[in-house]
Amino acid sequence: MSLAADRTDTPADRSSGAPRDLRLTALTKEFATFTAVRSLDLEVPAGTFFALLGPSGCGKTTTLRMVAGLESPTSGTIHLGNDEITWEKPYRRPVNTVFQNYALFPHLDVRENVAFGLRRRGAKDVDRQVQEMLELVELEAQARKKPPQMSGGQQQRVALARALINRPEVLLLDEPLGALDLKLRRAMQIEIKRIQTEVGLTFVHVTHDQEEAMTMADTIAVMNGGVIEQMGSPTELYENPRTTFVANFLGQSNLIAGTVTSAEGDVVRVDMHGTQVSIPADRAHVRSGNGWIGIRPEKVLVAPEGEPIDAPGNHLPGGVITDVSFVGVSTQYLVMMPWGQELMAFEQNTGRRRILQQGDRVDVSWRPEFAFLLPADQDVNAGALEEV
Amino acid sequence: MRRGRFTGYWLMLPAALWLGVFFVIPFYSLLATSLYDPEGSVLTGYDVTYHVANFWDAISEHWDELWRSLWYAGLATLICAVLGYLLAYAIAFKAGRWRNFLLVLVIAPFFTSFLVRTLSWKLILADDGFIVDALQTLHLMGDDDRLLATPVAVIAGLVYNFLPFMVLPLYASLEKIDVRLIEAASDLYASPSRGFLKVTLPLSMPGVVAGTLLTFIPAAGDYINAQLLGSTNQRMVGNVIQDLFTDTGDYAAAGALSVTLMAIIVALVVIYIRKAGTEELL
Amino acid sequence: MTGLQRAGRWIGEHLILAAGLLVLVYMFVPIAVVMLMSFNDNSESRNVYAFRGFTWDNWANVCQPDGMCEAVLRSVGIGLAATLVATILGTLAAFALVRHDFRGRSAMNTIIFLPMASPEIVMGSSLLALFVSAGFGGKLGLITIFIAHVMFCLSFVIVTVKARLAGLDGNLEEAAMDLYASEATTFWRITFPLVFPGIAAAALLSFSLSFDDFIITNLNAGQTVTFPMYVWGVSQRGVPMQVNVIGTIMFLISLTIVVGNMLAARRKQPA
Repeated sequence: MSLAADRTDTPADRSSGAPRDLRLTALTKEFATFTAVRSLDLEVPAGTFFALLGPSGCGKTTTLRMVAGLESPTSGTIHLGNDEITWEKPYRRPVNTVFQNYALFPHLDVRENVAFGLRRRGAKDVDRQVQEMLELVELEAQARKKPPQMSGGQQQRVALARALINRPEVLLLDEPLGALDLKLRRAMQIEIKRIQTEVGLTFVHVTHDQEEAMTMADTIAVMNGGVIEQMGSPTELYENPRTTFVANFLGQSNLIAGTVTSAEGDVVRVDMHGTQVSIPADRAHVRSGNGWIGIRPEKVLVAPEGEPIDAPGNHLPGGVITDVSFVGVSTQYLVMMPWGQELMAFEQNTGRRRILQQGDRVDVSWRPEFAFLLPADQDVNAGALEEV
Repeated sequence: MRRGRFTGYWLMLPAALWLGVFFVIPFYSLLATSLYDPEGSVLTGYDVTYHVANFWDAISEHWDELWRSLWYAGLATLICAVLGYLLAYAIAFKAGRWRNFLLVLVIAPFFTSFLVRTLSWKLILADDGFIVDALQTLHLMGDDDRLLATPVAVIAGLVYNFLPFMVLPLYASLEKIDVRLIEAASDLYASPSRGFLKVTLPLSMPGVVAGTLLTFIPAAGDYINAQLLGSTNQRMVGNVIQDLFTDTGDYAAAGALSVTLMAIIVALVVIYIRKAGTEELL
Repeated sequence: MTGLQRAGRWIGEHLILAAGLLVLVYMFVPIAVVMLMSFNDNSESRNVYAFRGFTWDNWANVCQPDGMCEAVLRSVGIGLAATLVATILGTLAAFALVRHDFRGRSAMNTIIFLPMASPEIVMGSSLLALFVSAGFGGKLGLITIFIAHVMFCLSFVIVTVKARLAGLDGNLEEAAMDLYASEATTFWRITFPLVFPGIAAAALLSFSLSFDDFIITNLNAGQTVTFPMYVWGVSQRGVPMQVNVIGTIMFLISLTIVVGNMLAARRKQPA
């Protein structure tokens, strides 16, 4: 039973060709007791893989639902190219969603689940398209099964197939890999990325797993408390975070208190507990007063006291190893510095030097071009792991 | 998702109206009836004269039956609770794949007419029937004793008829209990019976409460078992009300008695729920 | 573990199951008796309560007793009508209570629960009181019976459908709309098929309650006779064995429906 309204002409029929960018402007969502999304501005170029990254409750899923049409914004607009879709019903948007719990129709078999969207739009040769899509996700053998009879990984692929088959302009993925075990998740991450590159659709992937986002996305937007903290390529975000939240949420960071002594030319000098360190100007997000000097643990080099350190640069003696964790690929040290802070240092186990022991006295160093400087008024613990 | 503001009201309306007119309002009618001047009749019409004496008259005259009803219903509920818990527990924890099948079997007797089933009890408990014979041979009963027309028969009938109403809520409650909780108890050195008393039983309380209410309340007002399986010595308040309505036509007394029964039940239920401490029944 | 301990453990573990099954058997004894008595040849005797001899006569001449089959048909008719109305009204109400938020929702929930827990004698007599005070005292019959039946079936329908509806994943309807189905299509293709088992169960329950009702019906029936009322009437004089035939038939039909439904559901979903 397909009603006339279902053969829907979505705004600006796809066949007109030019791929459209997704644009969110000042998008806001307020609920009775709290504001989930605050005046979000976002542009997702057509054909890219975009990740919305953030902890639970940051508003990323709400944003996704507004793009899908399952939630109405309090204010702001959503555009596809030049066409506004802010208030369009979900079934009139060229947007499909892969849900977190898959939301497969339990009373329909795999074929009918995948074919659902096509049938509603009165597409021709549905069977052939379904067959192709099932082959793409390697589920041809399960075509007649019903969702409750399938494993999590299989259901996940059905959900993906069901959405993809409609060739939406934007495919939304709401933490689709959350329920899968590690190995399967890794495999699916690669698979989804491959599919996206192949079909060239715009993918918007919501996740709280920063490794997932960095692996799959061309562009990442880190969200926190309803706003975007920083947006850019994975490398950009990782190497040059602009806020303590991003610094702590993506990977881990050492944040050390310091005061700017001079800021001229392309170098900012900072007094860090008595030692002068320098930071490239384009990585310093504060120019005067106090700040947090940030350095990633894998950039921190340690060497037994007195021995030469590889990196010419900021050299800090007087450290004592307080913890050693052997992680196979690397060794993670906690080093207590003279000013009372423990720094994290990750060293790849190249085998060149013995693994240091707890209690060893060490010198610490890093190359200045890897450091970054963040405003002191930001919470040094923002984005870090919570207390158990 | 977006919804019409008043859709809920419209959907609810027909059912709400039906219940409002044919369930809620009748209670007021009943109250009014209980205050009728007993001199009236169906033909001459009734005057509501706030004849509160109706209540006093009705209660004092039929005190025996009122008390007996509560007593029988209480006893039957207790027995139902024990038997029902056994059955529900067996199905929930010991039945494995046969669960659904056994549940169907619990409901199945329900599908034979209530009256027909109760009549067959009359046959089973008959004086020259198998059971009475056996009990007399075992000298558990005197040669002149009967089962029919005794409280035993009536209560047995009540238990039989209301058992499914006890089993199903109990089962629903027991089924929800996470087996791992019981395992945790035994991991923490609880013996099986302690585990039951401290974990299973408390967790199944909502089911126990629902089951006892769904059993006691209808049983208190029942008269079929009393009529078919008992004698005039086992008359329950339901019999009285029924007769007052149809035979005697004394609507005022019948109404007063009904209201009294309802009031007693409500009072007992409120106390019970408070004591059992469960807020949510449904 | 010693042999005795092991035996004790075995008994303990299976005792509960055995006890439970015994209770179940106990519940079926009267049914067995009913079925047995439907074959009872008591043409020679007025005493209804003993098994005399085996005969197919009762089954062959089911409608022989005066007025019985008319009563059965009347009960079936009322049952179907009441089930239809109660199921529709109840399903609508269940949707309202689960899916929509409106003031008075908790009051409604209480009102719905009450009929399930009230003594039938009180419900029946209060309804009679209403009819009498409205002037229908002399016109009791099919209509009043119908009204009463819908009244007490509504609660059971609402509770049953509510339970099924509440367990439905809300994402499913969102997924359907995300996949280009309009609200109406979503309802008919997704919501309704998934709620239907609950509606069917509610309808079956409703019919059983209606067909079997005596106390409320008796008070509000006037001169009309339904099957339970017929049985009550003859219980004083002498119950014809055909009554047991009807009882057996009802039992077998319902059992078939329920078991058949169970098997069909099981085939769709492996445990």
